[in-house]
Amino acid sequence: MAKITKSPWLLHYDGSSCNGCDIEVLACLTPVYDVERFGIINTGNPKHADIFLVTGGINEKNKAVVKQLYDQMPEPKVVVAVGICACNGGVFKDAYNIIGGVDKAIPVDVYVPGCAARPEAIIDGVVKALGVLDEKQKAFKAAKKQKGENK
Amino acid sequence: MSKRSIVPFGPQHPVLPEPIHLDLVLEDEKVVEAIPSIGFIHRGLEKLVDKRNYKDYLYVIERICGICSFMHGMGYAEGIERIMDVEIPDRAKYLRTIWCEMSRLHSHLLWLGLLADAFGFESLFMHCWRMRETILDMFEASTGGRVIFSVNKIGGVLKDMDSAMLKSFVEMFDKMEEEVKTLTNVFLKDYTVGSRLRGVGILTKEDAILNGAVGPMMRAAGIEQDTRKLGYAAYGDLDFDIITGKDCDSFARCEVRINEIFQSFNIIRQAVDKIPQGPVSVDVKGNPNGEAFVRLEQPRGEAVFYFRGDGTEHLNRARVRTPTFANIPSLVKILEGCDYADVPILVLTIDPCVSCTER
Ligand code: SF4
Repeated sequence: MAKITKSPWLLHYDGSSCNGCDIEVLACLTPVYDVERFGIINTGNPKHADIFLVTGGINEKNKAVVKQLYDQMPEPKVVVAVGICACNGGVFKDAYNIIGGVDKAIPVDVYVPGCAARPEAIIDGVVKALGVLDEKQKAFKAAKKQKGENK
Repeated sequence: MSKRSIVPFGPQHPVLPEPIHLDLVLEDEKVVEAIPSIGFIHRGLEKLVDKRNYKDYLYVIERICGICSFMHGMGYAEGIERIMDVEIPDRAKYLRTIWCEMSRLHSHLLWLGLLADAFGFESLFMHCWRMRETILDMFEASTGGRVIFSVNKIGGVLKDMDSAMLKSFVEMFDKMEEEVKTLTNVFLKDYTVGSRLRGVGILTKEDAILNGAVGPMMRAAGIEQDTRKLGYAAYGDLDFDIITGKDCDSFARCEVRINEIFQSFNIIRQAVDKIPQGPVSVDVKGNPNGEAFVRLEQPRGEAVFYFRGDGTEHLNRARVRTPTFANIPSLVKILEGCDYADVPILVLTIDPCVSCTER
């Protein structure tokens, strides 16, 4: 990715994590790691968000919540699974209430491994997500243009 | 009587780092009833004892919660050590105490930051978290992890801290103490902060007892009780007083936690002074057979662990009663009759840790 073309906003949701990864996500926003210097802001509103950070695996109860939040986000959007729990269930994989990683509920674009995922890794993942977001945006614009021509 | 309406709060909400859901029954702007529902992050990890042997299970139970991960691991290790009659070396007990207090420090700073964020004081949030990073650096230097440490083992601890490291930690804490004082003065003296916290969310002594409150929540209501006084790990050899508040409101809870930060600095200093030389772990052979209760004082209050083994390598039962779970009835109590706009702050004053609650 060459340069960041927009200020992406994050939506963070805790699937069924041990909150280790959540505090690391929050730590990314605070002075030591400070992703705000890239224009990245943590928003609480799915309709404002471009990047969806999910920590923790999927269980019966939160599946619908994750799906709903994802659906509320405007296109184009990118999903980042943070932590090994979010990637495939991790240490709780065998637990009766865990279905698996976030990709069991919504499509995931970037996987950030680690238990807990380190802030550096999370930032890396987000930067990677920006690349994906750029691609998606291009595709989105192209599709729109084509649609316009067809009309 | 005005009309009642129900407003859902959560599971996803800007002030909540973790999902919990409350149905708030409102009469105009007043909350008349709050109905909690939990289970969004239930994983069922107590049942994992069937699949992991008792030594590996330590790494599962640590992941009940990323904030008190050290203490959960330690509670488990203590429980199994009690069942198997293992006496751990004194140095390990002191190391555990030091790490426990460091966990309390980072947890309370984290909470102060979240509280500041909840009443819209963003720079204060950043300052609290910046200070917290210093403690995480120390954790990383001593255990290798920032959040999940995996440094406990049945029979002691896996890593030692040499005296140079301990000395440098104490120096850092001395420096930090000054900074924390400046920072916490804002919470204690600022007029705006006071106006959000004082007289809000009153939980009287009687209500605290009735609802089974634990930790700072209970101590802020003037009840003198601290599980550390039972003398587990090295707490028996250290000198500290139980910190209580008297106003029973959100401000008192904030004050209790702030005073506990300074208490932790103090305890760590004492522990570093007294720490004996020697090994940090003993070998443990065989399988646990019997049962044990362990009570620990976590940053959020008292946690109760119960373990039962039957002589095989898998435990029969593991059960954890975590502090936030015990504090939910008190939360429901303080929400009754509050202003709708105060709900986020009141939810935060119990210092909710949802992943502990639901496991
Ligand atoms: S990956 Fe590890 S630290 Fe992150 S939520 Fe899962 S168990 Fe917790």
